[in-house]
Parts: sequence; C-alpha cells; structure tokens
Amino acid sequence: MTHILLRHRDIPDLKNIEVYKQNGGFESLKKAVTSLQPKQLVENVKASGLRGRGGAGFPTGVKWSFLPDNIWPHYVVCNADESEPGTFKDREIMEGNPYQFLEGVAISCFAVGAAEGYIYVRGEYAPIAQQIEACISEMEKQGYLGDKLFGTETSLRLKLHLGAGAYICGEETALLESLEGKRGMPRLRPPFPAVVGLYGKPTVINNVETLSNLPYIVEHGPAGFRQFGTEKSPGLKVFSLSGNIERPGNYELPLGTTFRELIFTHGGGIPNGRKVRAIMPAGASSSIIRVDDETFDKVMDTPLDYESVQSLGSMLGSASVIIIDDTRSMDWVINKTIHFFKHESCGKCTPCRDGTFWMEHLTTRIHNGQARPGDVQLLDSVAAQVYGKCLCALGDFSTMAVRSAIERFPEDFEKVIGS
Amino acid sequence: MTKIINLKINGKSVSVPEGTLVVNAAKMVGIDIPVFCYHPKMEPVGMCRQCLVEIGRPMIDRASGQPVLEENGQPKLLFGPKLETSCTTPVSEGMFVISDSEKAHAGQKEILEMLLTSHPLDCPICDKGGECPLQNLTMRFGPKESHFLFNEKHHNEKNVPLGDLIVLDRERCIQCARCIRFQDALAGQAVLGFYQRGRDTDIVTYSDPGFDSIFSGNTTDICPVGALTTTDFRFKARPWELNQAASICSQCAVGCNTTLNVRREASSGGGYVIKRAMPRQNEQVNEIWMCDKGRFAGYHYTQAQSRLHLADDALEAALSLAAAKLSAAGAETVFLAGGRLANEDFYNLKQLAAKLGAKAYLYTQHGGGGYTSAYGLSAGSNLGDLGPGDTVLVVASDLYNEAPLWHLRLKAAAERGATVLLANARATKLDEFATFVIRYAYGDEIETVRALLGKEKIGETIKNANRLVIFYGSDGLGLAGTTALAEACADLLKEHPAGQASASGLVGVWSTPNQQGALEMGFGPCPDLAAEITGKTVYILAADPAGDDPALAEALKTAKALIVQDILETETTKLANIVLPAAAYTEREGTYTNAERRVQRFYPAIPARPGTKPDFTLLAEIAQKCAIELEGRSALLVMNQIAAAQPAFSGISYAKLAEVTAQWPIIGRSDMYYGGTGYQNKQGLGLTLARTEKPAPVEIQYSALRAKEDEWFAVPITKLYDNGNTVAPVELLKGHIERFNGIVLNPATAFKFGLENGGQAEVSLNGVSYPAKVLLDESISTAVVLIPRSFGIPIREPAAVRVTASKKAQEA
Amino acid sequence: MLAEKYPEEIKAIFAKYPVKRSAVMPLLYLAQRAQGYIQKDSMQEIAQMLELDVTEVAAVVGFYNMYHDEKAGKYRMQVCTDLPCALRGADEFLAQLCEQIGIKVGETTPDGLITIEEVKCLGGCNHAPLFQIQEGDQVAFHENMTVDKTMELVAALRKAQE
Ligand SMILES: Cc1cc2nc3c(=O)[nH]c(=O)nc-3n(C[C@H](O)[C@H](O)[C@H](O)COP(=O)(O)O)c2cc1C
Ligand code: SF4
Ligand code: FES
Repeated sequence: MTHILLRHRDIPDLKNIEVYKQNGGFESLKKAVTSLQPKQLVENVKASGLRGRGGAGFPTGVKWSFLPDNIWPHYVVCNADESEPGTFKDREIMEGNPYQFLEGVAISCFAVGAAEGYIYVRGEYAPIAQQIEACISEMEKQGYLGDKLFGTETSLRLKLHLGAGAYICGEETALLESLEGKRGMPRLRPPFPAVVGLYGKPTVINNVETLSNLPYIVEHGPAGFRQFGTEKSPGLKVFSLSGNIERPGNYELPLGTTFRELIFTHGGGIPNGRKVRAIMPAGASSSIIRVDDETFDKVMDTPLDYESVQSLGSMLGSASVIIIDDTRSMDWVINKTIHFFKHESCGKCTPCRDGTFWMEHLTTRIHNGQARPGDVQLLDSVAAQVYGKCLCALGDFSTMAVRSAIERFPEDFEKVIGS
Repeated sequence: MTKIINLKINGKSVSVPEGTLVVNAAKMVGIDIPVFCYHPKMEPVGMCRQCLVEIGRPMIDRASGQPVLEENGQPKLLFGPKLETSCTTPVSEGMFVISDSEKAHAGQKEILEMLLTSHPLDCPICDKGGECPLQNLTMRFGPKESHFLFNEKHHNEKNVPLGDLIVLDRERCIQCARCIRFQDALAGQAVLGFYQRGRDTDIVTYSDPGFDSIFSGNTTDICPVGALTTTDFRFKARPWELNQAASICSQCAVGCNTTLNVRREASSGGGYVIKRAMPRQNEQVNEIWMCDKGRFAGYHYTQAQSRLHLADDALEAALSLAAAKLSAAGAETVFLAGGRLANEDFYNLKQLAAKLGAKAYLYTQHGGGGYTSAYGLSAGSNLGDLGPGDTVLVVASDLYNEAPLWHLRLKAAAERGATVLLANARATKLDEFATFVIRYAYGDEIETVRALLGKEKIGETIKNANRLVIFYGSDGLGLAGTTALAEACADLLKEHPAGQASASGLVGVWSTPNQQGALEMGFGPCPDLAAEITGKTVYILAADPAGDDPALAEALKTAKALIVQDILETETTKLANIVLPAAAYTEREGTYTNAERRVQRFYPAIPARPGTKPDFTLLAEIAQKCAIELEGRSALLVMNQIAAAQPAFSGISYAKLAEVTAQWPIIGRSDMYYGGTGYQNKQGLGLTLARTEKPAPVEIQYSALRAKEDEWFAVPITKLYDNGNTVAPVELLKGHIERFNGIVLNPATAFKFGLENGGQAEVSLNGVSYPAKVLLDESISTAVVLIPRSFGIPIREPAAVRVTASKKAQEA
Repeated sequence: MLAEKYPEEIKAIFAKYPVKRSAVMPLLYLAQRAQGYIQKDSMQEIAQMLELDVTEVAAVVGFYNMYHDEKAGKYRMQVCTDLPCALRGADEFLAQLCEQIGIKVGETTPDGLITIEEVKCLGGCNHAPLFQIQEGDQVAFHENMTVDKTMELVAALRKAQE
C-alpha cells in the first residue's frame, strides 16, 4: 500500500525533523520558494486536480486563484478543527507526519503570497497542538520558516491557534470568527473568505489533509499525483473507518477504491459474524446508505469517489466511513446524530437552533417508544422544514441522516410506532 | 450619483439606488416582507431567516455577456434551489423577487413555527402584547396551529433584571441579537452579549452596574418580542389602552421628538396619567432613538407630588398682587427666567418687561449665546448628513452626559468618515470614536481653541472642511469662561469659507430645552446677578437660583418683593412672597427651539393640573392687570406674534411646524416588526431658524483662574443624572444618580490627601464647608477637583477650594 | 493576577496576532490554568488587556465546550458517547464507569478529584471506548479503555493527590 500522507507508517520516527530531512523533507518547499513562481504553483495544483479533503471537495487550485492581488496581506488558514463524528485522519497526519503537514502549509502560503499562516487546531487536540508548536519552532531554528527563506526575499511564519471545543468552528467562516477572538458563529457569504477573510483580508482556508498533499505534488508534479485516483477525484485519500468493523482506523487509498476493498480487504469485515446494515460515508453529516441482500453488491462495488458516492444518494465528504451492523436500529442512530447537531448548533439561525431542538425531542420520543401517531412523518417534515433555510451547512447536515433513515429504513420506524 | 437598479417585486416594478437591500426595496413600494433580526438602522446579519423570498435573476450568456431571452423575448430567469434572505441580498438589475408565492409563504410560515417552538406564548401577561411584532406576524404569516408539543417547550428564566431599568425574559427572547447589535454598533457599548450556544443561547450582561448604558431603553423599542421591557412601564398598562400625544423631551438641548402614552386610571381618580415616553421619529434630530434620562426622567417630574397649584380665587388674588407689585416697581423690576420656558412664554415675558421698562435676564451659567444665533446652524442642517470632508469640533463638553443623542450621532458621523475633533480637559466617552482628541488643562480652553488652526493636521481639517460644526459646552467653565469660549469658536467660523453654509455653525450645549429660544429673542444672562437683584422687585420663572447658590439666596432675601412662577416647589419658591403655579409642558401647547435652532412643537398630553396655568397665560393675565395687552389665549396666537416681530422666526407658524415630509426608514404604523415600537412622526418635524444679524463684538474680560500650589482648582461639570428638580423625583434613577454624586479627583492627589475612592471628604467653598463622596478619575489633572452641578455644592464658576478627609472618615 | 502570574506566556500570546482581540482564547486558557475554571475577575482582567467589554469576553467563555465557568473536580473525565464510539460500546462503558466510581454524569467525586462528563466525538473513534481528562488548560487522551484500566487510573490519580 503506497503512502503519501501516512508515510510515518513506513518510516519510523518521521516526526523527528532529521529523519524527515533524510527522507526528502523540505525539498519541495525549497523547490517552490527558490525555483517556482507562485502563479506556476497555483497552476500546478489546479492541474493536479487536488480537491479539498475537508468535506466540500472543492478544487484547491481554483480556490487559490480567487484571491484578488490588489488587496494585501493575504492569509492562509489551515483547518485542523476535525470534529465530524467518525473523522480522525487529520489527527494521525499531525501526530505521525507533522513536518510534511507543515511543509504543505508553508507551500500554500508561498503559492498565495501569504507571509503568515494560521493553523486552527480543535481544543481537544491540545497535546497534538503542543507537538506541532514544537515542530514549528524547530523549523524556525533550522531556517525552514522565518525571513529570507533559502536565501530568497520570502518571509514565512506559521502560528497555531487552539480552539476550545465547538464543531461549528470547522465551518470556515465560523473558524475565522473564532480566530478573531469571537464566538464561532458563521458569517454571511458573500463576501467569501477568498476576498474578505481573516481580519477582513483575502484568505485561503484548507484542510490538513489537503495541504499535506502539496509537498508530493510539488515534487512529482500534477501527473505524478494523478497516477492515483480517478479522473475527477485524483490522488490518495485517507479514509477514517469506524463503527462496527474488525479493524477500525485510517486507510490511505486511492480515491475510487471500492467500499468492498475498504471494508473487507482492509477493515477486516464486520465483527461477530454480523452483517453490514448501513454505511455513513461522511460521518454524522451523511445520508445513510442502506445495505441489504439486494443492494449489497451494488454498494460494495461502488468506488469511493465524490461522484460515485453521490450516486448512492449520499456523499463522500471527509471520507469518515461509519459502519453500522444489523444489530442497530436507525431510530437509535438518528437520535445519536441529532443529539450531536443539537449540541453543536451555534444558535445563530432559527431553523438550525430550533429545528435541531425540535428534532431531538422527536427522535428521543421515537427511540424511547413513546412516539405518538404521526411523529415519524412530523420528524420528516421538520427536517424538510430545516433543510435549505439555514445560514450555514450545519443545519442541512443535521437533516441528512434523519431523512434518509426514515426513507430507507421504514421498518425501523414502523416498529417504534407499533409500541 | 449612485446607479439606479430596476427590478420587479411581486410583479411591481421598482427602481432603487444600487446597494439597496431587497427587503427595503419592497418596503419602499409598500410590500411587507416579515423580518425579526433585520433592522433598517443596522447592518443585516441574516440570523432569523424570517425574510425568505424567491429570487430569480436574468440568465446571462457567458459568451456574449447578454441576457438569454425566452421565446416571448422576456429575459430568461434563473431561480436558485433555495429561498433567499431578502434582508441580506442587495438588489441587482432585472431581479425578479417573489415574497407572496406558495413557496415563499411556506418558508416564512415554517420559520415562524420554529421560532414559536421555544416561545412561551404568554401574550396575555406580556407587556409587548398589542404591539408585538412576533404576535402580529404570527397572525399574518404564521401557522394556524403548532405541531410542537407545548410541554416540550424550552423553559428558561423570566424577570431577569439586567439593570435598574431593563428586565429580560429569557423565554421570550428569539435570539435576533438586535439589542446586542444596537449596543455594540450604534451605542458603542458592547454591554450585552450572547451566552451559551444553540437552543441554550441567552442574552447576558456582565457590566457593572448591569446593562451599563444610557441608551438601554432603545433596546426595548427594537426588541421584536416581549423579552426586554423597562421597569418604568412593565405591568403598568396595556398598549391598546394608551393614547398618544406628540411631545418634545425637556431634559436637554437636543430636543428629541417623543410620544407620551396616556390613559385614564383610578390612581388619579379617573384622570389622565402619563404612562411612558417613547421616541418619535425625526431623522434630523433624534432619528428613532432617545436616551434613558429622557425616557425615564422626561415626564415623571411633571407628575410629582410636589407640584404647585392654587385654588382659582387664590390664584386670581396672587396674580393681582403680583401685578400690583410690578406696577409699583416698574423699571425697578428684574425678571429672571430659566431655559425650561417655551418660546411663547419668553415672548410674553419679553413684552411685559419691555412695557415696564424693566430688565429681563436668562438664568444660565452658559454664556456666549449671542454667537449661536449669529453663527448657528440654519435651514438644511442635519448632523445625520455629516460625512467625509466635514469637520465637527467639540470643545469643553462631555456630550455623553450633556446631550446623549449628539454623542450617538457624532459617533455615527465619525464612522461615516466625518472628522471629529474632541477638545476636552478630561477623557469622555466620545474619545474612542473621535478622529483627534485634544487634551488641555482646565483654564486653557480659550488658548487651545485659538491655537487649533496652527496645528498642521488638525488645522487643515478645520480649514478645508466642507461643513464645519462646532459644539461648545461648559465643562469646567462658568459664565465668563463660556462667553469667551463662544467668541473664540465663532472666530473659527467667521472667516471660514464654509462658515456661512447653513449646515455649518456654532452650537451651544445648553442644559435646558429652550435656552436657544430665549437667546433668539434677545434674552441673555446677567454678568453679576447677585448685585443686580439686590433690593429690587424680582420675578423669577422656571429657575431656582436660591437652590443653586446660597449667595443668590441671600441676595433674594433683600428683594423688595419676590414673585416666583414654577411647577415644583424649590428653595426659591420657599423665599417668595408670591408663588404662581405654572402648568407643565406636558399639559399645554408650546414650542422649544433646540440648540440646532430647530423650532419644534409639543402638544398637551394631559389636562393642566387644576390650579395651574401655562406660563404665557399667567404672564398675559398679570400684564392685563397692569393694563398691558398680551396674547394669553393660545400659544398658536403668540407664535403668530413672534413670527411677525422676530426676524429669525419670520414665516414660522404652528401649521408649518406641524408639517411632515416622508422619512426613511419607515417606522411605526403597523410595521412595528420592521423599525420597532418607536412612533411615526405625524405631528411635525419642526423648522430651523434663519440666522440673525451678527452681534456687536462685546469686550470680554476673562482670565482663567489658576491653581496655586497649596490649593485645589475646583471646576463645575455636568452629569447626566443629577439631583436637579427634574431628575431627582424619579425613583427608578436613584441608583444612577447616587453613582454620580461626588467630587472627582485624580487618584494620585486623592492618595496624597488621604482620600480614597468612595471615601467621605469636606469641600470648603467660599468659606462654607460641604460634605462629599470622593470619586476617582485617572484622566484628570492632579491639580483639579471636579464638582458636578446640581449635587448640592454651589459651584457656578471655577473656584479655589480646600478638600480634606472628613472627620467622620478619619475617626472610622 | 494573570499579568503577574504568566508575564512570559502573555507576551508570547500577544506576539502571535496582529489584532489584540484574537488573544482572548489563549488568555482564557491561562485563566483556566490558574484557577481551574474561569471566574469573573479573570474575565475582567482579560477584557482590560484587550480593551473589550467584559461581556464580550464572557460571551466567548459561554460559547466553547472546553471553557468552564463553574468549579468541578480537579480532573474532568470526558467520555465520548457519540455514534462511532457508541457503536463500540461507549454507552455501556460510561454506565459501568459511573457505577464503579459511584457518581452520575455531571457529578463530582466527594474528594473533589473527578467529574464525569459525557462529550461529543473526540476524534479517536478507532480507539473506542475512550475519554480525555481535562485539567485546567491541559488535556490527556485515554484510549482503548476498559472499566478496570480506568479504575486503576483513578486510583493512581488519588494516590498522586495524597
Ligand atoms: C458544520 C461544518 C463543519 C466543518 N468541519 C470541518 C472540519 O472539521 N475540518 C475541515 O477541514 N473542514 C470542515 N468543514 C469544511 C470547511 O468549511 C471548509 O470547506 C474546508 O475547511 C475547506 O478546506 P478544503 O477545501 O481543503 O476541504 C466544515 C464545514 C461545515 C459546514
Ligand atoms: S445553521 Fe446552525 S450552525 Fe449554522 S449558523 Fe445556523 S445555527 Fe449556526
Ligand atoms: S434573516 Fe432576514 S430578517 Fe432575519
């Protein structure tokens, strides 16, 4: 299995800067800073087809090209808030391969002409944040950050900002608010961060995994990156596999790898001889894919890329694949997810604030078998009522599991109604 | 010239300036789109999602850049999959907005239903009931019944006092953040905030004292539910029982337009009682706001127990006696009137004095008024227009305390790009918003102003100003000082190219609502009052010199006869031989001229207290007994005489003052959800006076007092809440008044003299010793003691005083 | 109080941001390190440092899960029971743990040492059951836990206390 992002699994102690250097560390940053024009770099990343790994899958190079070059300074903000239930990929990258990650952030700064980059790490990752800060000062000591990088005029500084527990701060504009010392409530868009971002300046926001790909792209060029994955979804992707699975964990595989390979070849299948009943490919935010005897092969042979997963009526998102076996009922599952979203709603907009609160009452009643006639339909209509009216995507996310569960697992809800 | 954008809303064609938000464009053509978080005075935030509409935009052909057309030649429209918030979306050419379709209505209904899931629906006991946007919009756009189980509602604290004046009901709050944003963005005091998150989001304040802002009352006007209510009004009456009367706030020289809400009630034997004061829109004066002093102290004193009144025959007798005294004294009479009188009162007073050949003075410590009539603002001026290229200079004034609405409007002007120069001897709340802050030592006021043009940056902004507005106050100054200061300020305008522009001018930050009116009619202060009144027959109206200063009280005791006309008992009425009970401004018609020289009508809200009469009528009746003809029947008729006799007032009539032109934003009416519960102005925006001819330059001998090593240099300052006759009667404000009650010292000097914050001190002024609490302020010089006016220490001019820790304090 | 206690840390924090206000979160962590939870006096001090109104600082405290405005145990044992962990028995783990330690979720042990809290996904789903221990501004992961291992940890913490 090739590793680009999880190289630390093949190279012991890669989190030691000397080891990292011996394995080609910082060569890409040097190449970029000394021999590439920022514009070239942006073009290369465009050509590589790299898509954001934070969930939206937006082409990274394209996003970079939105920054106006008549407003300065520019900022790069790395989104390390990783809080989607079932997602733990950024954590492993930062823990095991911190210098490649930081090199990636540095490269993105150079590409968009930012002299300063902020890394927003979720508060619960405090120990990892401390390690990253140590790595940053090590890089400064060794001249991989600071002024006159590699003898050029380029200055580059990275700073780490620690969150304090709020899923919503993963939403890019809420993250910016938080970084500015405010409550992490999303901003209106437009204007988009690319134009009005951190401190009102043009800002690029990218996920940890996205940026960690950059050193490889700079070293091997777009073609080198495209040797993995599919035409529309090139590259390797770290899949966080969790739930009812024999070997939960991160698996770095080409985009387009099938569910079957991920779950059975790598994940070792379902424990205790149970069957897969449902899959949530994008964490708690995803529509639930039903797996039963008819659909089993269709689902298992579906490639894990952005388009294909959509064809199953779900999304790839950040590829946080939660496996649910046939001992679980969906009324319980959505009660869990709604509980999460109700807890994490920032409260800024009505449908999400009051809708998640309402849905929690309903899912709890339904799960506890205290449903009243019509409650399931009501739950479905409340979800529909929330969908598409919110200020940011969290509100919509909260409805995905609910609506798909009711639609695709009717039997689970008839059961509760019965009681 | 801003671009005009054409669009269609619900089929209606609309043309509005570029940048206009869809919700406002709709409002302009009478289409109501429901909103909660949006407020036309604040930036949109798109939080409540109530204003959802369908929006279609013309499809543009990438290649040609031309709109794609349907077969029928109409531009092809693209509708997004989602409804959009009309409060955050600016109009664009060819836009097609639908707010009344099935889809849009469904969206609006669904948001409302969700808002109601966490709302207690306790309308029957809610003060907002009857004027509640949530209630009204639910009637109009809401679902017939809710699918939400009532017993699953989110319960939360009710009756949470945020401070002395505002109470919060956390259950009713719909998290629109209007109050938070008003305090942060408009008042510039972020003392309200959200706490917790999601459904648990609550409004909190951590300020000390709670909800520490003098604009707090406004948040109850714009709160779209009954979450914020005033302790003044809550549980006192239901909105639908109330009648409205247009009035003008009498608490300072800004002249905020107000509406007094009135009802008959048992508490007054079925008589009329004023229940609350609300702002009335006048975009040129107070917009849709008012300060807490105006709201909470504004009218209470007129309903105080200590109101003066006489039985009809007793009043008649008093008037005859007064007339006799005046006839006897003739030219030996001295009239002394305070700036609380209306224009009509001053005019009759002026006539009477003239006919008797007697002297008539304005009772004030704030001189230099003559310059404000000559160089003041005139027709077309509006602080709300000031922006880039304009310069505002504020000298010797703490506007936050002396004229709160001007603090608000100058802050806004600065944010719009006007240059705001602030010259003061101490820090004031406006400092943080000013472009330049000039700090001088008390006593250097005049030199400081004279030196301004010499300073390069600051000098430039004054010289090159398109419009130059100068506010001069009386912070640390007495009569002579303010007069000299006025002259120095006027000199900046005299030669200035923009000096004659009607929107430029000199404004006096008076402490009374109609000092300007008196000035315009030629009244002025007396340089040496004590000497002037000694041994004379003295007629005092709406003033309490005896209460302000023992020296004046002594002088008054020597008067041949003392006639005092007022609405409340004062130290001065106590010395009077004849007391004439006047009707309050809430009980009669009249006009005030604010310091921006705008003449504004106030209307009777309730009938005059039995046994009282309007000042102009009392004067007319006395005059008649002296065989002098004065108009006493109606204020309107007096104004007609004023217009004929006073050049500055020519052309002004009650009819003209009552005229209104369209104002933006549209507030009041049934649209309370949009602008708040402030009142629409139907009773007149008033008129600004023409400038009068320049006064003959008076020779002013003024040399500032200087502190010597061993003594303290005490100066008078003004606090918003004081123990003056119009504020002290208000129970609600006791706490606030107390906070200001004390002398202010620099901590260093206080320490040197063994005085600590909150400690007791003895202040000896002109040989008399007064007890006082000690308050500290780092921003003031170590050589001065600030003594707030109307707190019992009679400081009218800067003076040398001695301050010692009080015996009691030392023993303790 | 913070200013005297952590002059170096505060200097470093201010050096990090071009705009003062951004320092509010790291400063709040310092306050929590100092007192275990965030009290009004530190909010006031931070407000002064940043030229904010104290209410603006409080609003931030109220928003984030990891700032605490009330006293609790020295160690906050934060157990994840979110979907992925729950699929691997987190709910049962938490229930047994409470029983063993003898307190309910949200309660603190009589010796004031441990408070048990139920939290959302901690990003360790592959190591469930798991919890983190928050102490002031410090966090420690405890993953692939069993009730027994946890009780040993608790015992160790108790010892360290004496
Ligand atoms: C509610 C919500 C939570 C999010 N959480 C994260 C997150 O934890 N990490 C992340 O990288 N992106 C997250 N995103 C996506 C970000 O908003 C943003 O799209 C992303 O960081 C862009 O980086 P990318 O283009 O490299 O993916 C979240 C979005 C939403 C609406
Ligand atoms: S959708 Fe939810 S999280 Fe997003 S702004 Fe609205 S309330 Fe906040
Ligand atoms: S979102 Fe438009 S009015 Fe609240």
